[in-house]
Amino acid sequence: MSEYLVDIKNERLSFFTPAGEVKALNDVSIQLKEGEVLGIVGESGSGKSVTAYSLMGLTAHPGKLLGGSLIFNGHQIDQMSEKEMRKIRGNEISIIFQDPMTSLNPVYTIGNQIMEAVLFHTDKNRAQARERARELLELVGINEPDKRLKQYPHELSGGMRQRVMIAIALACEPKLLIADEPTTALDVTIQAQILELMMSLKERLGMAIIMITHDLGVVASMCERIAVMYAGKVVEYGTAEDIFYNPRHQYTKGLIRSIPRIDTREHERLVPIEGTPVDMLNPPKGCPFAPRCEACMKICLREMPPVTSFGEVHYTQCWLNQKEEMEKGAANE
Amino acid sequence: MKQNPISFQLKLNPEDFLPATEEEKQSQVVMRESISFWKDGMRRLVRNKVAMVSIVVIIVVMLFSFVVPAFYPYSYKEQMKGANNLAPMEYSEEEQARIEAGEKVFPHIFGTDKMGRDYAIRVMMGSRISLVVGLIATGIILIIGSAYGSIAAFFGGRVDLIMMRIVDIIYTVPDILLIVLLSFALNAPLENLKNAPGFAWVGVVGKNLISIFIVFALLYWVGMARMVRSQVLMLKESEYVTAARALGVGNGKIIKKHLLTNCIGTLIVTTTLQIPSSIFTESFLSFLGMGVAVPLPSLGSLASDAINGMNTYPYLLFIPALLISLIILSFNLLGDGLRDAFDPKLKN
Amino acid sequence: MLKYIAKRIGLAIVTIWAVATITFFLMNMVPGGPFLSEKAISPQATAALEAKYGLDKPLPQQYITYMWDALHGDFGDSLKQRGRTVMDIIKMKFPVSARVGGLSVLVALLIGIPLGSIAALKRGKFLDSLISVVATCGIAVPSFVICTLLLYFLGVKLRLLPTIGLSSWKNYVMPVLALSFYPTAYIMRLMRSSMLDVLGQDYMRTAKAKGVSGILILFKHALRNAILPVVTYVGPMLAYTVTGSFVVEKIFTIPGLGGEFITAISGRDYTLIMGTTIFLATLIIVMNVIVDIVYKIVDPRIKLK
Repeated sequence: MSEYLVDIKNERLSFFTPAGEVKALNDVSIQLKEGEVLGIVGESGSGKSVTAYSLMGLTAHPGKLLGGSLIFNGHQIDQMSEKEMRKIRGNEISIIFQDPMTSLNPVYTIGNQIMEAVLFHTDKNRAQARERARELLELVGINEPDKRLKQYPHELSGGMRQRVMIAIALACEPKLLIADEPTTALDVTIQAQILELMMSLKERLGMAIIMITHDLGVVASMCERIAVMYAGKVVEYGTAEDIFYNPRHQYTKGLIRSIPRIDTREHERLVPIEGTPVDMLNPPKGCPFAPRCEACMKICLREMPPVTSFGEVHYTQCWLNQKEEMEKGAANE
Repeated sequence: MKQNPISFQLKLNPEDFLPATEEEKQSQVVMRESISFWKDGMRRLVRNKVAMVSIVVIIVVMLFSFVVPAFYPYSYKEQMKGANNLAPMEYSEEEQARIEAGEKVFPHIFGTDKMGRDYAIRVMMGSRISLVVGLIATGIILIIGSAYGSIAAFFGGRVDLIMMRIVDIIYTVPDILLIVLLSFALNAPLENLKNAPGFAWVGVVGKNLISIFIVFALLYWVGMARMVRSQVLMLKESEYVTAARALGVGNGKIIKKHLLTNCIGTLIVTTTLQIPSSIFTESFLSFLGMGVAVPLPSLGSLASDAINGMNTYPYLLFIPALLISLIILSFNLLGDGLRDAFDPKLKN
Repeated sequence: MLKYIAKRIGLAIVTIWAVATITFFLMNMVPGGPFLSEKAISPQATAALEAKYGLDKPLPQQYITYMWDALHGDFGDSLKQRGRTVMDIIKMKFPVSARVGGLSVLVALLIGIPLGSIAALKRGKFLDSLISVVATCGIAVPSFVICTLLLYFLGVKLRLLPTIGLSSWKNYVMPVLALSFYPTAYIMRLMRSSMLDVLGQDYMRTAKAKGVSGILILFKHALRNAILPVVTYVGPMLAYTVTGSFVVEKIFTIPGLGGEFITAISGRDYTLIMGTTIFLATLIIVMNVIVDIVYKIVDPRIKLK
C-alpha cells in the first residue's frame, strides 16, 4: 500500500474527437496524502477536471486512458471494472461540480437526491436515510432542513444548491472530496461562504480535498499542495509556499503576477500573460507554453522539457530551470 | 526522489539555450482560420451527404414537374381512345398500328389510367401541383407568420398578450376539421368570384387550390408566428444586442448584423420544414377529394383514384404514393441538414 | 395551480365557442340546402321541412337557437338520417373511432418511447442509424400511403388480414398500424433527441458520481426527464389520430365517426356537421387541457400560479 491516498503516475489520456486526437493529459503525476488539500490550478482546457474525473472513472465518452497508474486508497483505479468503481464513487470519493444550477436533477426533491446516495452505499432503510439526509443538510448549514428535503432544486438559490451538492457528496463520509471549481458559478459573497464551509467540514470529517480552480486566490487560502497545469501537463508542483514564494516556472510566475494583491503600490499594473492558450488539436512540438513564454529558448520549441526537482516535493517541467540547475551543477563541480 | 539526472538521450548544444526569436515563437502557434457564420454553415451543409442528396432529388423532381411536361408528347387531360388502362410501356391497338406503319410513338412509361390518359404526365403534373401548393402555402405562412410574430414581439405588453392569446386559440383549433369545412364552404363564393369580371384567373388557378391557400393563410401561420416572436424577443433581450447598443451601434446595423444573422438561420430551417408539411396537408385533402379540381391531378388525388383499381393496377397507386413520400422525405432531410448547418442551437 | 387550470379551461371554452361559431357560419355558406338533392320533393314540402328544422328563420336567430340547444347537449336531429338525433349518431359511431384511436396512441407510445431511448443510448451505432432512418421515413409518409400499402400487401396480396369492417381483432391490426405509424415515428425522433439532451446534462454526471447503477440512472434519472417532451406531444397526437381517422376509416371502411363526418359534409347534413365538429373539437381541446395540466404536475420546474 502506498503512503499516499491518491497516487497518480504518468497518466496519459486522450479524447478521440471527430476532428482528431486531443491529448488532454500528458504524463500527469499527482500525489496526495490523507487529510491533505491539493489545489489544481490552470486555465480552461488545461486538463484539471479531466484528471479529477479520471480518478473517479467518470471520463466522458470519446476519452480514453492510454497509460499510467491511478491508485486511490489502495485501489488500482485504472484496472477496476465499472461495477467495482460504483462501490467507490459517492462512497469513498465524492465530487462537487461547477454549476449547482444544472447538477441536480430538476424532477426530484432534494431529499430524494441525497437519500439516493445513502441508500445505495449503506444498509440504512428509507426512514434512516431520510434522517441522515436531514443531518447532512444541517451539517452543510441549511436552515429548516425538514422543509428543504421536500423542495425541488429550482426552489433553491445557487448557494443553497451548492450546499446540497456538498451534502450529497458527504453522504457516505468519503475519504476524498473532489471540488471542481465549486465556486465559479456563484456570487462572490457566496463563494467565500462555500469555501469556508468546505474547510470546516474538512476539519470535522478529516477528508482529503482536491480543489480544482483557475483562481489562485482560492488555492492560496486552502491548499497545502498545488499543481499548476498547462495544456495537459503539470508544469509545476509544490507546497503552497513553494508555489507562492518561490515559483520557478514562467507560467506560474505569470499567474502570480496577474493576481491583484492588497500590498501593491498604487498605479502598479497587473501583468497579464500574453498570447492565447494552445490549440489542443495541434499542440506544439516542444513545451506547450513556449510560444507565450518570455524566456523562451530555441530548445523549448523543439523538445518537451524534462522534470527538474528542487526538493522533496517541488518540481517543474521547464528547460530554463533545467538549464539553471545544470549550470549550478557545473559551477559546483 | 524526483531527481532527474541529465541522463536522457538528448544531444544538447549550448546554442539550444539561446533565447528564441519572436518569429520562431509565432511559428509554433497554430491558429485555425476564423470563418464567417454563413461560410461555416455552407461548409457544413455541403459536407452533409444526406442533405446534398436531398437537394439533388428535389431538383430532379422539380425538373420533371416544371420543365419536362412542356416537351412531353402527351397532355395530362387528353383522353386517348382505346388506350384505357394500359400497362407501363404498353401501346394501344391504334398506336401499335402506327408503329407498324413506321411511325414513332412515345411509350406510356407508366401506362395510362382508366380514362386513357398518359399516367406519366399526370404524375408529373400532380407533383407540380403538390410542389406549387407546398411552396406558395409556405410563402403565405412565412409572410403572415413573421409579420404577426414580429409585430407582437416589437410592441410587447398588452398588444403582445392579446395577439398571442389569439394565436393560442387558433393553435388549439383542430386544423383538419376546419380545413375540410373551409374548403367546402369556400367553393361557392369562389365559383361566383370566378364569374365576376376581372377575376377570371380564379378559374385558371382552380378554386380548390385557392381555398387551400386561404386555409393555410388562416390557420397555419400560428406556428411560424410563435417562432418568430420568440426569436425576436430573445434577440431583443440578448446581451450582445444590449452590448452593441451600449457601444453606440445604430439600429439599422444592429438589425442587419445581429437580428438578421441570428434569426434567418432559424427562419430558413422552419420554412424548409414547413414545405413538406404543407404538401402533406394538400395530399391529405386531395385524397379525401377536397383538393384540386378534375381534370387537374395532384399526387393525393391520383392515389385516391387508384385505390379502387388497386388489385389490377397497383402501380397506379404506388407511383404517386411513393413520389409524395419521396418529396416530403427530401424536404424533411434538407431541413434537418440546414438546421444542423445554420442553427446548431436548435439541435435537439 | 387552480388559477392556472381555470385560465386554461377559460381559454378552452373560448376556443370551443369560436370553433362552433366559425363552423356554423361556414356551413351556411355551402351552397345548396340539405333537401335540394331530393328532387321528388315539391317546393311546398321543402319549405315545410325547412320550417320544421327552423331553416327558414334568419341566420342569427338560427345561430342563437342552435347554440342554446348545443349548450344543453342537444345537437338536434340529423337532416339526412331521418329519425336519428346527432347525439345518437355520435354515441353509435364514436366508440368505434375511439377504440381505433386509443389503441393507436397506445401503440405509438409503447413502441416510440423504448425505440427512441435505445437509439439515443446506442448513439452512432448501427441500431441508432436503423431506428433513425425508419423514424425519418416514417414522418415523411402520409397516412393514406401507409394505409394503401398495408391494404395492398397484407390484405390483398398476402390475404393475411381482413380488409373491411371490424368484426374481429384482426380487423384492428391494419387500421391501428396505419394510424399509429406517424405518431410512432415522431415519438421515436422526439424521444431520441430528448434522451440525448438529458444524457448530456450535468445531473446525469452527478448521479453517476454518486455511484448509482446504470439501470437506475437510466430509469430514474434519464427516462423521467426525457419523457417530458413526449407528454407535451400527446395532445397534438390525439388531434392527429382523431382527424387521421378520416382517411383510415375511409380506406378500411370502418363505421366510425370520421367516415360519418365526410359523408355529412358531402350530404350537406348541417346539424350532423355541426355536431361532429363541435364534438371532436371539444374532445381534442379538452384532451389538450388535460395534457397541459398533467405536464405541469409531472415537471416541477414549472411554477403553477
